[in-house]
Amino acid sequence: MLATLSDALLLLGCFDHRLLEIVGLSLRVSLTALLIGALLGLPLGAWLAVAGFRGRGALIVALNALMGLPSVVVGVLVYLALSRSGPFGSQGLLFSPAAMIVAQSVLVVPLIAAVTRQIVEDAWREYAPEFSVIGIGRPQAVMLLLADCRFSLSVAMLAGLGRAMSEVGAVMIVGGNIDGYTRVMTTAIALETSKGDLALSIALGIVLMAIIFGLNVAAHYVRCWATRRYG
Amino acid sequence: MAHCFRSLIMALGLLIGVVHAEETLVVASTTSTEQSGLFGWILPKFEQSTAIKVRVVAVGTGQALEIGRRGDADVLFVHDRTAEDKFVAEGYGSYRKDVMYNDFVFVGPKDDPAKIRNAASALNALKAIAGSGQAFISRGDKSGTHAAELRLWKEAGVDPKTLAGYKETGSGMGPTLNMAAAINGYTLSDRATWGAFKNRRDLDLVLAGDPVLFNPYGVIPVNPARHPHVKKEAAERFAQWLVSKEGQEAIAAFRADGQPVFFPNAKK
Repeated sequence: MLATLSDALLLLGCFDHRLLEIVGLSLRVSLTALLIGALLGLPLGAWLAVAGFRGRGALIVALNALMGLPSVVVGVLVYLALSRSGPFGSQGLLFSPAAMIVAQSVLVVPLIAAVTRQIVEDAWREYAPEFSVIGIGRPQAVMLLLADCRFSLSVAMLAGLGRAMSEVGAVMIVGGNIDGYTRVMTTAIALETSKGDLALSIALGIVLMAIIFGLNVAAHYVRCWATRRYG
Repeated sequence: MAHCFRSLIMALGLLIGVVHAEETLVVASTTSTEQSGLFGWILPKFEQSTAIKVRVVAVGTGQALEIGRRGDADVLFVHDRTAEDKFVAEGYGSYRKDVMYNDFVFVGPKDDPAKIRNAASALNALKAIAGSGQAFISRGDKSGTHAAELRLWKEAGVDPKTLAGYKETGSGMGPTLNMAAAINGYTLSDRATWGAFKNRRDLDLVLAGDPVLFNPYGVIPVNPARHPHVKKEAAERFAQWLVSKEGQEAIAAFRADGQPVFFPNAKK
């Protein structure tokens, strides 16, 4: 275990060029998926929080259930959709980072939407009477609530980032784990495990954990700074 | 709809700098060629002499053939002769060429409780493993190695499904070797993956050399008549390079764990 730890430090320490490439791709793919997840998930969740329509309850249950969507199932579905023999085949996106972004977005959108829905709905219950007194309509209320809940919602973002960065089932299938092109941290770990190089797997795992930890530390400080500045 | 989708993805791709314009070729191949390090050895040479960038998707032969059938790769480099011939006969592949061979080896506990180290043949070894009740770990994933293993059981006249010690992992050679190492069981591996495998614990190579363990690899360009989008010329150059003097010499010079594990055998 000690040897493994020193392996991990060595990997980080010598800033192996290929490792940096893999880390860079992991970040690019997962952060882009998170951006898409936020752009779609936040409005969807907020709308669902304040909307009233028949079947809303069923939609909320479905959305909550989709938080548990197995990544390997998403992988197969996106594979079939992007395959040359599938509906989007002519685009030739399979086995590319773009395909990995699509797959991770599918995983992240329901997660962010479901958590956003709960947070905004709680706030909506609290403020709805005041909104109606001062005559603010629902669309405007949604914007206000999203802004007001921004600190709670940042946890939804971190959960989404964690889901994207840690999954391996989907990116392995739609990315193909191509060396120097679609290999990310999780697929590299899976590959080293299958080569029987368990020490290197753990070392890579420690590096991945360190990155996720670092991103959370960064998010924490941004939040503290924003709280001091904007209350 | 499809157009919007593409534009969106391309825009995002450009935004994050992952879209490349150079000529690329997608090769669906097996875990043995990738994990042994063969591709890491020969592809830079191919890329240098042709300026074509190769992207390898390394999966079991069964899945590689399926990727080819769907048109998601330009060329295949696999090892299951029966399935390969069927693939070409069905019109999914343009042709098949011999490239190289290696061989399957029996891997098992060092103390060899089923006593197959001195077996007269691979078939006798399987019968001895069946008779001893020892664990045998199978790929169970329709890969080339799995197909070869099932063929050997059939020739030995044993139905492995009836054996208490027979376990299918449904995964690649590496995970299967990991399991064999964990429970100290027997398995059939290609020599290259075994040569590069690190987590051996008490496993050892216990039997090799029977001609029935011969394991030929072939290259098959995906048929452009079936999938017009495939990179026909690049795939053709890849196939021709593998069987050329340069390609064959590169394969012959490859070493895993200090040993030659692939032997070129393209027809002159």
